[in-house]
Amino acid sequence: MQLSENVFIIGAGETKFGELWERSLREIAVEAGLKAIENAGIYSKDVQVLYGSNSLGGTINAQNDIGSLIADFSGIASNHIPAIRIEASTASGAAAVREAYLGIKSGEIDCAIVGAVEKMTDLYGNEMLDHLGTLLDREWEAFFGATPAALAALSARKYMHDFNVPKEKLMSISVNDHLNATMNPDAQYRNKLTMETAMGSTMVADPLNIMDCSPMSDGAAALVMCSESFMKKNKKEGIKIMSSAVSQDFLALHSRNSYYTMDSTVLAAKSALEKSGIKHKDVSFVELHNSFSIYGLTAIEDLGFAEKGKGKQVIDEGIGVNDSLPINPSGGLKAKGNPIGAVGVGQFVEAVTQLRGKAGQRQVKDAKFGMLHNIAGTGSTSYVHIVGGE
Amino acid sequence: MGKLSAVWRETNHRYRLIAHECGNCKKMYFPPRDVCPICHRESIGKMKEKELSGLGTVESFTIVHDAPPAFARQRPYVLALIRLDEGPVLTAQIVDSVASEIDIGKRVRSVFRKVREDGKGGIIQYGYKFVLE
Ligand SMILES: [Zn+2]
Repeated sequence: MQLSENVFIIGAGETKFGELWERSLREIAVEAGLKAIENAGIYSKDVQVLYGSNSLGGTINAQNDIGSLIADFSGIASNHIPAIRIEASTASGAAAVREAYLGIKSGEIDCAIVGAVEKMTDLYGNEMLDHLGTLLDREWEAFFGATPAALAALSARKYMHDFNVPKEKLMSISVNDHLNATMNPDAQYRNKLTMETAMGSTMVADPLNIMDCSPMSDGAAALVMCSESFMKKNKKEGIKIMSSAVSQDFLALHSRNSYYTMDSTVLAAKSALEKSGIKHKDVSFVELHNSFSIYGLTAIEDLGFAEKGKGKQVIDEGIGVNDSLPINPSGGLKAKGNPIGAVGVGQFVEAVTQLRGKAGQRQVKDAKFGMLHNIAGTGSTSYVHIVGGE
Repeated sequence: MGKLSAVWRETNHRYRLIAHECGNCKKMYFPPRDVCPICHRESIGKMKEKELSGLGTVESFTIVHDAPPAFARQRPYVLALIRLDEGPVLTAQIVDSVASEIDIGKRVRSVFRKVREDGKGGIIQYGYKFVLE
């Protein structure tokens, strides 16, 4: 058995993200999976394992065993390969990619498919907040009225207070997302957002407005991943996963060392960069987890692009697709959309598109390395992946 | 939402703000923990119940407008991170106070209140909230 195989992505596909009322969870999952297989140009018999990624199917859609569901309706049930659902809250997507990565790296698996899906718009009104509350500490946060937005707002107020940062710097992350999404046909919101409209939008949890918050989205994304030997044998071209890192922290925000530094992100980013051998200056673009604008700003710092409290300087220098550090060329969680269990795999789809030079108007020039950041909830888990290179 | 047994299990800690103190390093934990994250196995069997004073300081706060169904009638409400004088931080509402007077650094004390109402005519659950000192 050859140890430490290099791992490549040879196929990527996704559905449009958004309110896909007429389509079911299984339909969109299958669409993304088939697109990835088609894109890779392989046959389903080549796939040795399926990792299904999903976060809230069990409560929103009353559907569990999503690994089997996807395998079944992708027409591969009779191939009898393992089909397992990976759940790590809003980081389920990156978690599933990492499981496939580890399996291939070990030499046990040659070819894997990751299929990620979330179907969120089948609920009425604010019922969704009960489901999202299950991603927090149910007994000691959600019980007392905490919601994901409220906890992000607690981080935002303390951050703005301690570093004297105006709210507009947070909102810049959302404005940038919307601009990039105008160039992404898969994005949920393809409208430009002005700072004035954003700052005047409905209050969700003071100081966060609705334009600080990522939407509810339906969406699915899938990848075909394989070993270097499989890729060469089948004469495929792939995008290399340079490194994969994950780190954990306390579940509840109130138990952590800081309200605005995600230690899990700091540690995962450090580890991912070390393992990849590249430096911050080598990163061509970042897809970061801005479920709320404050998390986008603090991620710039926690990923190591600025000192704590100075993320605004990176924003001032420019985070657009043609600037020095392009952030969320896809449109990010705010505007491409946030189907929570699928969003991490959607980031990989964007990275593959960028690194293949196929991103059209939103193409980052000479894109060579992408950094992908996917967190669970308020930061209990952080995944960082580096993709690209030879 | 859920069986009554799930409601009653944590009731004592919610009603009387009972923390756990690590018998090894003396650090206080709320919510209570059976293992100290600093001392690990040295703390097993040495976590002792301690009643908290209910006095603390606001570290951050938000006014929640978009609320879950069980809080719809309280909307908008103030939710805060409160550092208790004994050390632990908890997440709780601040009530009976003028919103404009709530700020980071303000002193608060705990009161016993209705926390949530699950469904129309559903279970009412009680616990701690805080008021400005
Ligand atoms: Zn201890």
